[in-house]
Formats: sequence, structure tokens, C-alpha cells
Amino acid sequence: MRDDLTAPVVAAHPVGMRASGFQPRFIGVLGLVSFVGIIAAIEVLARSGTIGPLSFPAPSAIGQALYQLAISEQLAKHLGASLSRLAVGWSAGVTAGIIAGIAIGTWTGARSIGLPWVAAISSIPKIALLPMFIIWFGIGEGSKIATIAFGTFFPTVVNTYGGVDDVSRTLIRMGQSFGLSKWAILRKIVFPGALPAILSAFRISATVGIILLVAAEMVSAEYGIGAYVLQQQSLFQLDRLMAGVVVLMILGLMIYGLIALLERWLLRWR
Amino acid sequence: MQLQLRDIGHAYGALPVLDGVSMTVEAGEILGIIGPSGCGKSTLLAIAGGLLKPSRGSVSTTGVPPAGCLNALTYVFQDFALLPWRTVEGNVRLGLEPHGLSAADMRGRVELVLAQTKLGDFRAAFPRQLSGGMRQRVGIARALAVRPAVLLMDEPLSALDAQTRLLLMDEFATLFATSNTTVIYVTHNLSEAARLCHRVIALSRRPGRVKEIVGIGEADDISLVEALLWSIIRDEAAAADRELIDAR
Repeated sequence: MRDDLTAPVVAAHPVGMRASGFQPRFIGVLGLVSFVGIIAAIEVLARSGTIGPLSFPAPSAIGQALYQLAISEQLAKHLGASLSRLAVGWSAGVTAGIIAGIAIGTWTGARSIGLPWVAAISSIPKIALLPMFIIWFGIGEGSKIATIAFGTFFPTVVNTYGGVDDVSRTLIRMGQSFGLSKWAILRKIVFPGALPAILSAFRISATVGIILLVAAEMVSAEYGIGAYVLQQQSLFQLDRLMAGVVVLMILGLMIYGLIALLERWLLRWR
Repeated sequence: MQLQLRDIGHAYGALPVLDGVSMTVEAGEILGIIGPSGCGKSTLLAIAGGLLKPSRGSVSTTGVPPAGCLNALTYVFQDFALLPWRTVEGNVRLGLEPHGLSAADMRGRVELVLAQTKLGDFRAAFPRQLSGGMRQRVGIARALAVRPAVLLMDEPLSALDAQTRLLLMDEFATLFATSNTTVIYVTHNLSEAARLCHRVIALSRRPGRVKEIVGIGEADDISLVEALLWSIIRDEAAAADRELIDAR
């Protein structure tokens, strides 16, 4: 073995670390700080007059309008109407989307017929179909729910059949080798295997659903957050208008949170 | 139960992979299938297990399956094929679920195979929490739980590291000896074939044909058997390699 003490002294070149980064994490506090920071900055700009009250209201004014909205019966009426439309439309859209997606992912007939239709209709802005739905289902709840259901159906179909396509064929062969029926394979292998993609579809379709909900309520509704925002715009009540927008933000955050909880529970095996 | 393959031929499109392979696997026998890469070993096993329809030929069984057999021809997959969302116990139960067993019978079978494969302490673990060797033990446990007449093993140790492979090979030898199951064991590892099998069929390069059948006695020197198997497939493997290079 070589005796290092007698070796000639040469300059050592330390090996630098080269494999850092590209590992994004979620730090909740940073997100919260950014929210608070931006709101505080807007407040300062509004109070100093840099941003005029007719351009953007001060966050404190929005907060006050939100408080007034909350203590009056208005919030419950508007939010209740919006939530019921969203719940019914979204549930119908994603349920049909999951069924169609699994059919396209597992059955040649459904794939051959369904895929071209999905590709053709997916790109249509669904709100453009609201006038037609009003003719079909009337100006009431039917047309709004149909718009939301139709809009949430397509991202769910696309994600679901993609998820089914990604289920390992070896797992399906394994199920067949043990004599599982087609229904058992769908229930025990295909559906759980596609579940991550289906939950991802929940997130996308919830966003699409909120957008369509607000747009539909702006076109024809007495109650609903979209209708409330439009009413405040016509009255030029920007603080109340923004209070309605904040309610939508909170709704979006809550839906994302619920889906994240659902993912944590259903995908705990990951 | 005896398994017969008669004149099996198969092609993927225009590419023939098997040509006129016939063999009989006797009850209680451990039959190895070796051959150069691409000679159709796994294809032959899939055909034997009813997972692939051959272009020509037939597969049949004779005799009565052993008592308690729920799935006569049971496959063990190279990459384990475990359901990641099920625990070890849930994976083992999967093959039993279609048969409407009583809760006691189901529990009895699961407990027995978990004990046989030393997985009792890991019954609640998910596959991602297990090492490769343990995952394959789960695959074996799932297969043994249905008390198969014939176990079809497709390179079951090839996805494992060398040490785990040696450990599992010893466990397989004990399991095969105690369970008296008929096994078709496809492998590219000649040491596995020499140590575990009673008889080894060497296939030629693609399209695979039976080139030679080697019987292995208990008293045979394993290293000599391994050398003999290598001498049989060496020229085929070299020729298959040359053909692959020429094709490029």
C-alpha cells in the first residue's frame, strides 16, 4: 500500500456537486407569503392613490364587501345556486366521462367510434353551445347544468382512456391467467390502475366546470356567483365585484383541497 | 396432470418465432426451456398457459388436477405482475377471489402460502415497500395459493440481483420438492436450469425448434450439466447474434 505521507504534495481539486436542482417541492408557507405579500402591496398602492378606486379596489374594501356579502343572505343564495349547478353538472359530466373513457380504453368498437368524436368535439369552446342548450333545455337550470356536464365530460374522457391505456397489459394478462372475469378485471385492475389519471381529470374538469358555471350564470341567471359578479359590474361596484371573484377563488381552492385529500386517501399505495 | 404441446408454430406477423415444437410435461416434473434470445421461449410458455393462441398446433392436458386446484395452469411473471394498490395479502387473495371460497378456506390458503414464502410479517405491506426478491415471493405465493397443476414460470429470477437470485433458487428447489407441483421453467440462465430442473429442452435460434432434450439426474455434477447445456446452445446463440447484426 502506498504511504501517502511520503507522496509529493500536489494541489487537490475538489469535485463539485453537479447533480442539484430539478427536484421541485411544494412549500406551503411560500405560497401563503406570496398571497399576503401581493395583497399587502396592492393595499399600499391603492391607499397611496397609485391605483385609482375605479381601476382596482383596495383589498381592505374587497374584504369589507365580502364580509357584508357573507352576513347578508345574498352569499348563501348566490353560492347555493352556483354549488348546486356545479355539483349536478360536474357529477353528471365526470360519471359519463369515466364510463366513456373506460369503454374507449377497453373496447375496440367504442374506441373506433368514440375517439374521432372526442377529438372533433373537444376543441369546441363549450360555452358556444349554451344558446343551443337554452333552446333545448330552456333558460332555467337545465341549460346551465347541460353546459357544465358537456364541458366536464370531454377532459374526463380523454384523461380516463389515457389512464386505461397506461395500465400494464401484463397486469391484465395476469388477471386473465387467474381466470378473472372481464368485469372483475375492469373492477380490480383497469379502474384502480386508471385512478390516478381519473383523479387528475377531476382537477381539470372542476376548473372547466367553474369557468362554464360563471359564464352560463352571466348569460342567464338571477342567482349564482356569475350573476352576482355581472350585477355588480353593471352597478360599477368594483369592491363587490371583486368580492364575488374572491368567492370563486376560495371555491376553486376548496375543490383542489378536496381532490388532494381524495388522492392522498385513494392513492396511498403510491 | 400431464401437459402436451403438439406441433406448435407461431409467427408475429411475417416473423416466425416457433416452428413445430412438441413436448410432453409429466406430472411432478420440472421441465426447463432454454435457448438463445428471441427463440420463442416466452411465446411457447404463453401458448402453453392459454395466454396466446398459436398460429398452428395444439395444447392439451390429461389426467386429473390435484385436490384443491383452482387454476390448473398458473403463470408466474418475470416482472412479478403485482397490483401496486393491493397489499401482499390482497395480491395473494386475487387468484382465489373468483372461486367463491369460504372465508375460512380463503384464510387457510393465504396463511399457508404466506408461511411457505416467509411473507407472514409483510402481509400488510404494499409492493413498493418490498425488495425485488420479496415481490417475486409474493408472485410465487399468489400462484401456489390456487394449488396449480402446472406452474408456468417465465424467467422468474431474471429481474433480480445475483445474490437474491441464488437465495430464491434455493427456496424454489425446496418449494418444488415439497409441493410436488409440475413446473415449466423458462430461463436464459443455464445455472438455474441445471440446478432446478429434471429435464431441459434446448430450443434452436428463431424460429425455435426442439434442438435437444437433456435429462438431469440427482447425482449429476451441476457444473458439468451447465457446461453441457452451454455447449448445446452456444452455436445457436452465436448464430442468432450474427443474424441480428446482419439484419441491422
